[in-house]
Amino acid sequence: MRVALVLREVWTGLRRNMSMVISVILVTFISLTFVGSAMLLQSQINQMKGFWYDRAQVAIYFCNDGDTGDQCAGEATEEDIAAVEAVLESEAIDPFVRNFEFEDREQALENFQRQFAGTQAVEFATEDSMSRALRVQPSSPADASVVAEATRSLPGVLEVQDQRRLLEPIFNVLNIASLAAVVIAAIMLVAAVLLISTTIRLSAYSRQRELGIMRLVGASNRFIQTPFILEGVVAALVGSLLASGAILALVQWGVQGYLAPALPTYPLVTVDAAMLVVPVLLGIGVVLAAIAAAVAIRRYLRV
Amino acid sequence: MILFDNVSKTYRRKARPALNEVSLEIQAGEFVFLVGASGSGKSTVIRMIMREERANTGDIHVLGQRLASIPTRKVPFFRRNLGVVFQDFRLLRNKTVYENVAFTLQVIGKSRGFISEAVPDVLQIVGLAGKASRFPHELSGGEQQRVAIARAVVNKPPILLADEPTGNLDPTTSAGIMALLARINEGGTTVVMATHEASIVDAMQRRVIELDSGKVVRDEKSGTYGVSVAATGSTGKAPESKGGKKAASKKSEKGAKA
Repeated sequence: MRVALVLREVWTGLRRNMSMVISVILVTFISLTFVGSAMLLQSQINQMKGFWYDRAQVAIYFCNDGDTGDQCAGEATEEDIAAVEAVLESEAIDPFVRNFEFEDREQALENFQRQFAGTQAVEFATEDSMSRALRVQPSSPADASVVAEATRSLPGVLEVQDQRRLLEPIFNVLNIASLAAVVIAAIMLVAAVLLISTTIRLSAYSRQRELGIMRLVGASNRFIQTPFILEGVVAALVGSLLASGAILALVQWGVQGYLAPALPTYPLVTVDAAMLVVPVLLGIGVVLAAIAAAVAIRRYLRV
Repeated sequence: MILFDNVSKTYRRKARPALNEVSLEIQAGEFVFLVGASGSGKSTVIRMIMREERANTGDIHVLGQRLASIPTRKVPFFRRNLGVVFQDFRLLRNKTVYENVAFTLQVIGKSRGFISEAVPDVLQIVGLAGKASRFPHELSGGEQQRVAIARAVVNKPPILLADEPTGNLDPTTSAGIMALLARINEGGTTVVMATHEASIVDAMQRRVIELDSGKVVRDEKSGTYGVSVAATGSTGKAPESKGGKKAASKKSEKGAKA
């Protein structure tokens, strides 16, 4: 009986305030889409970090004749190279190193030619201009800096390149993008909350007479406020569902359908990851709407 | 039943108190008129009994409860013991007579079965049995006030508060409303009515509490409106004869049940 009455009140309220309800739906939709995008972008960043950091090596380059490095005194000798290898195998450093291999000038040139195939640089590259190097695979991405520090100042070492460092700018850009999405989402959520409370106030205002009579005859506060809270929650829920649909569609067709075939070796977010975002979006939408509506209606409950 | 003990009330941003150390006691089953000029504090007394306003100083007890100690959250439940009628009826325009009365019971969570019995009963009592499916704008002022009274008493409250219930009605219609209130009172309901219509007060010969500038200046059993109108008070009975008798004659045993 009372449930039916409350639901009927909700329906009346929604219908009477149609244009406001639609704006609530749209604003929640957009703001939660941004929230979802930010979350997916974060998970994409983490996945890429795992993928790339795992492959990131520490390259220890040795001096050539004529190189001007602090540790360079002409071409690095075989002893210098052996000393660096000995450090990598030493008890202190070994736990941080998974494996390493030596790359001579011939291999270096091959790698170089493959990497820069089709550019002019290939024509000028000679075996003599290449540096010999030790390519070290650290045990974990975080260990790269230990390896770099331990070998940097050894004699004959021209330069130690921590490839993880090279990736950092890329991740910085991605992080800033996801931060921007979070900021936009937060601003939009504030707008959504304010809009919901305005809508509910308007709805209550248009039903002031009923509310006055309800209070007069002793309707409990919960009975009076429930229809309004549900009204806000229903509108926000519709917006959240739209946002969830948009996120799923974006991953299904945008990422998996379009990006994945173009970048076959990249680890991209999957629909499964997007499915995890959906309950979060629904939760945020419903909870924020309920709180906003409850606060908005409080003024009408004063006896 | 209703007890005011040295109650004072000053509204915010007003220097003069609306009520100034008012003490009064109303027993169960009484019919009491609150009279006085506009601004004398009649409505304030009604609103304070409903706990719509709170006293600045002094204590109010209604139905054995000290109003100051009822938490705001519990006020709706306290209100279910009071029926209230106003000058402006306060009916829902988009609901029929039946729905207006049923609405009260719905919002306090009464069962469908209870509602379908209680509403026709009370409409019978107020003399609107045949107009259950009319909308308020299709009714006369007197009939609308009867709907409001039906709504106020459908839950069989021990106290009925009426704030100028006849203020918008002509004398004949007013007499009918008064007869109805009298019959509800006979059924055991305590009635407190604020009014400034001398003829009605004089005709009823009930207890009169007169307020002036927030003070009780007179409290008489079976009194008249005031000294100035007392001399002509004897003519006050005239309006009661017509409409009043008609409403009262039917179904007085039903009224007693209420």
